[in-house]
Amino acid sequence: MTAAVLFENVSRHFGAVRAVDAVNLAIAEGEFFAMLGPSGSGKTTCLRLMAGFEQPTSGHIEIFGETAEGVPPYRRSVNTVFQDYALFPHLSILDNVAYGLMVKGVGKEERRRAAEEALAMVKLPGYGIRRPGQLSGGQRQRVALARALVNKPKVLLLDEPLGALDLKLREQMQEELKSLQKTLGITFVFVTHDQGEALSMADRIAVFNDGRIQQLGTPEEVYKQPKTRFVADFVGSSNVLPPEFVKQLGAANQYASLRPEAITLGGSGDDRLALDGTVLSRSFLGAANRVLVSVNGTKINVMSPATTAIPAEGQPVTLRFDRADLHLMDAAS
Amino acid sequence: MSVIAHQQPAFPDRVSLTSRVSDFLWKHPYVLLTILLAPPLLWLGIIYLGSLIALLLQSFFSIDDYSGLINYEFTLATYRQLFNEANFDIIVRTVLMAATVTLVSAIIAFPIAYYAARYARGKWKVFFYLGVMLPLWSSYLVKIYAWKLILAKEGILTWILTKLNLLWLLDAWLSLPVIGGNSLSVSYTGTFIVFVYVWMPFMILPIQAALERVPANLIEASSDLGGTPQQTFRHVLFPLALPGIVAGSIFTFSLTLGDYIIPQIIGSSRLFIGQAVYAQQGTAGNIPLAAAFTVVPIVIMGFYLWMAKRMGAFDAL
Repeated sequence: MTAAVLFENVSRHFGAVRAVDAVNLAIAEGEFFAMLGPSGSGKTTCLRLMAGFEQPTSGHIEIFGETAEGVPPYRRSVNTVFQDYALFPHLSILDNVAYGLMVKGVGKEERRRAAEEALAMVKLPGYGIRRPGQLSGGQRQRVALARALVNKPKVLLLDEPLGALDLKLREQMQEELKSLQKTLGITFVFVTHDQGEALSMADRIAVFNDGRIQQLGTPEEVYKQPKTRFVADFVGSSNVLPPEFVKQLGAANQYASLRPEAITLGGSGDDRLALDGTVLSRSFLGAANRVLVSVNGTKINVMSPATTAIPAEGQPVTLRFDRADLHLMDAAS
Repeated sequence: MSVIAHQQPAFPDRVSLTSRVSDFLWKHPYVLLTILLAPPLLWLGIIYLGSLIALLLQSFFSIDDYSGLINYEFTLATYRQLFNEANFDIIVRTVLMAATVTLVSAIIAFPIAYYAARYARGKWKVFFYLGVMLPLWSSYLVKIYAWKLILAKEGILTWILTKLNLLWLLDAWLSLPVIGGNSLSVSYTGTFIVFVYVWMPFMILPIQAALERVPANLIEASSDLGGTPQQTFRHVLFPLALPGIVAGSIFTFSLTLGDYIIPQIIGSSRLFIGQAVYAQQGTAGNIPLAAAFTVVPIVIMGFYLWMAKRMGAFDAL
């Protein structure tokens, strides 16, 4: 099967800056694909390469088997939902949504009907006569989505579309996006710096850092088996244990990751690994407590259920965890 | 920490006169606003609007043809005079010139403003502002006389065209009716070139300011949705730049309508409105007719703004 989007050794350099550096990826048709990374990691540049706003310095891009280099954005059946929505302020909501059909020469009645359908799909029926300035952030976000989807793109690109929304709205939109993607069957490529968002929505995640893909896999793989220290730290804030420490635990002389929620405080009498440490600080997060423990100078984060009692700051504590949860990482990284 | 907190009052007292004044103005924001706005409002109300009304009144008087004295009775006779063939010619000539100058200025200014707003950064932006503003630093008269030398029959333009063997082109142009003439410096074409040159900054800067406010991602969004560059220009860029174009055109249009120096130094001897006003209020001593002539640009500009508003030019503001 041809990939929806294929990157072969794609690089995009801006002067000396390697925004995207030898990236390889293949996004399957109908997939919900997330590109996750901190700002400046190259994820947005990758998205702009797919949209056609940027051209690769080297490498090869295919969209549904067709070479994408040199094809301007307006000739690609790829649509983008922009980070700050980029709605046209001088046009009504209906004209905004119908814009793509209008420039393609679709008749007035037909594009009006299609735009109204698209608005109904994003749960904004009857909002057509308003102006973008009259809508809230969440509503503008939906309009941006309708404006892209009305063109029936083969790939929908979303550039941190939920970044400007408050938490409640964001969670609601995450679910709606996910179910919309399932119903429409369109390939979604989603850029985000929020690992929770990527983990909960995507079929597969590419974790970016410094213009390169650090790891590409399902949310579970990326979370449970981080390949590099960066992935361990960025996705799920795992504890990254230095080689000397890991060796003392009886494992290889390698970096290892240990998820905060895999560790329990106190308890005794099982065959799990036990470490003695001192509580440095603790913070209450609602459902859980985050406890920072020092074990011979190495700081370890523990996510402990709110129901477990926690020793006060400065008090000794025992950490217990399964050897299987200690995940060894590539020596090179 | 607590020691420091106890030593200092939460609201330290400051007793100097200036801080008292500041406190007073902070509590009564309208006082400051009134102090700042009163002088310009008084100026606008009394000096500007007052003069304008006085002028309007003058235009409803008439002049006694025999004594040359002003007859202080309200009449529309002076306005009727505006529609004499000679006077009406002046109006049509001026309006046509102003419209052409505005249109061509906008066409020339747009790409320059677009470049400055979209692409020029750092040093190039400074260069742009200098390039646009520098001509405004030298005297208007000096520039116009310089243009007279450039456009004259013995001037540098003729010389260059001769060297390039293109003089026939200039001659062909000058042999055209109405816009041609003996040389560029005594033709409408010359007047037009100098108008466009002198008012150009007033067209470039508002368009640049308007384009500067168009977010780059709107252009990308249009392209992303399938809009070709021409469609993006027509449906996104132009409508959003329109308030700037209208602002610029108000400058170029009204400045051309009122100017009397450029057509006097460069052009044929046929009058423009500004020259007519100058002649009527000076040598001819016909203040009512001069006043009636000045009302023409006011009416035209009012109509122009009304049309622009109706066509939605200010919707994107």
